[in-house]
Amino acid sequence: MSSPRQDWAIEWLKQALLEVQEYVKLCVAAVKGSVSRPFYARDVMEQIDIIGLGSLTVVILTGFFTGAVLALQSGMTLDQFGARPFVGRLISASMIKELGPVLTALMLAGRVGSGIAAELGSMMVTEQISALRALGTDPIRKLVVPRVLAGFIMCPILTVVANAVGLTGGWMIALTQLRVPSGIYWSSVVQGLYIQDVWMGLIKPFFLGFVIVTIGCHVGLRTTGGTQGVGRATTNAVVAASVVVLVVDFFVTRLLISIFF
Amino acid sequence: MRHKSLAEFGLPVELAQPHAPVVLFDKVCLAFDEKVILRDVTFEVRAGHTKIFLGASGAGKSTVLKLMLGLLKPDSGTIWVLGHRVDQMDEVQLMGVRHHMGMVFQEGALFDSFTVGENVGYKLYEETTQPLHEVRQRVEEVLGFVGLSEHIDKQPSELSGGQRRRVAIARAMAAKPTLLLYDEPTTGLDPITSLTIDAEIIKLRDLEAVTSVIVTHQLRDAFYVSTHQASRGPDGEPLISAAAEAKVSQADFVMLKDGSIHFEGSADDLRASTDPYLQTFLS
Ligand SMILES: Nc1ncnc2c1ncn2[C@@H]1O[C@H](COP(=O)(O)OP(=O)(O)O)[C@@H](O)[C@H]1O
Ligand SMILES: [Mg+2]
Repeated sequence: MSSPRQDWAIEWLKQALLEVQEYVKLCVAAVKGSVSRPFYARDVMEQIDIIGLGSLTVVILTGFFTGAVLALQSGMTLDQFGARPFVGRLISASMIKELGPVLTALMLAGRVGSGIAAELGSMMVTEQISALRALGTDPIRKLVVPRVLAGFIMCPILTVVANAVGLTGGWMIALTQLRVPSGIYWSSVVQGLYIQDVWMGLIKPFFLGFVIVTIGCHVGLRTTGGTQGVGRATTNAVVAASVVVLVVDFFVTRLLISIFF
Repeated sequence: MRHKSLAEFGLPVELAQPHAPVVLFDKVCLAFDEKVILRDVTFEVRAGHTKIFLGASGAGKSTVLKLMLGLLKPDSGTIWVLGHRVDQMDEVQLMGVRHHMGMVFQEGALFDSFTVGENVGYKLYEETTQPLHEVRQRVEEVLGFVGLSEHIDKQPSELSGGQRRRVAIARAMAAKPTLLLYDEPTTGLDPITSLTIDAEIIKLRDLEAVTSVIVTHQLRDAFYVSTHQASRGPDGEPLISAAAEAKVSQADFVMLKDGSIHFEGSADDLRASTDPYLQTFLS
């Protein structure tokens, strides 16, 4: 005998597993589609423009203020130990290893993940995806692959931009508010960095960019239920992508630590 | 060039004969979850003929068209389209069959990020290696055919409902399909605009030798298409006139009800029928 509650839990589990299975299938198809023909190069360029350049402003603002606030906060903490000149170290370590990649990814989840889910979702409910297939085009190759490639390429580049802007933001605060001379700040920034940290900061965004875009595509392509469904899909994509960004960040960090150290 | 001709694609010879079945459904069943949509549906569509599907909304008419295109797979039964078992083909193989088919979706399903011209030429631009100027020529030709030449650079959102439906027809016919599927091409349009759409369907069938499958619940349009024919006038302009007896007999009506075929026959059979369900539909 199973209670209604158990039935409900089993049903939920089934649905969740099905969802994961579909997601993995999409990821595999996207990777296959990236390395075989037909390949829609023009769409890739277009998506690099939309996803990459389109997100530049928000990433620059995020990076700048994160670096600036880090300088303010760590300045106060370091003062307790009379270690104010080391502010650059703290900023570079936290920015390049964690905050740069994660905050950039979260911004992309909000901006790109939702945009993709809304676009593909409305194409789904207006039968444009079926029309593509009827016209002989594989929607995975035409729509998913260009977005995944663009996310995979642009997320690391945007992360580097965020890091650079963040260090600059920190420098401006260090100089004006904390009165730490530029030379000391920048040499402290360099001292705070180990080559492994730099690698870690550069490798993580490839994974994060991939999951943000594939989740957006997956949720978009499973949209049902008209315009309401599109709204739901958009919200779901942002929530799922943001949470998964943090989860993937944790596991990739664990993996990289075990490889590097 | 990825765009194969029928012969290259290996169409069985007998299916290339006039009046050979272009579409064949044999005991097709389909259910979504628990809900049975189609139960043992069997019919055929012969080359050059017109098949008109009638039925209340939710009867499974769109589903039948999607099965022909391979957009959906049946739970059981076999589906032959242009000599291929589409129920068993994978997506890559299906692309080959779809090259010879066109579909006009219920709401048009135009790509709203493209212009009218890009929509119409989509398949030729993206899926063939035809030179761009030839594609452009063909796009202008088919837009002229549906009387929308001057709208080539507009966005679909700038057009009226009837114009959008005609663009969808132009897009479906641009790559010269041998089989065209229309999903409620006149639903929601006024009677005058509906007649222009009906005229396009007749012209394509008679002047371009396209086999047509039409889903509709508008009997007026169904009768109009089945009882008229198109020919070229002395100046090459298409003319629509009352069809000869032989032409009328090439249009079959199919009524779907509760997942099965409730009626199948000619326009005259349909008019003469005393079946109460058909009567309510006819009145
Ligand atoms: N993808 C789907 N999932 C579940 N049910 C569906 C799906 N597509 C269609 N249906 C159901 O199948 C039935 C037939 O749909 P359809 O073929 O679109 O009817 P119509 O004759 O109005 O074109 C409807 O009741 C619809 O709710
Ligand atoms: Mg329908």
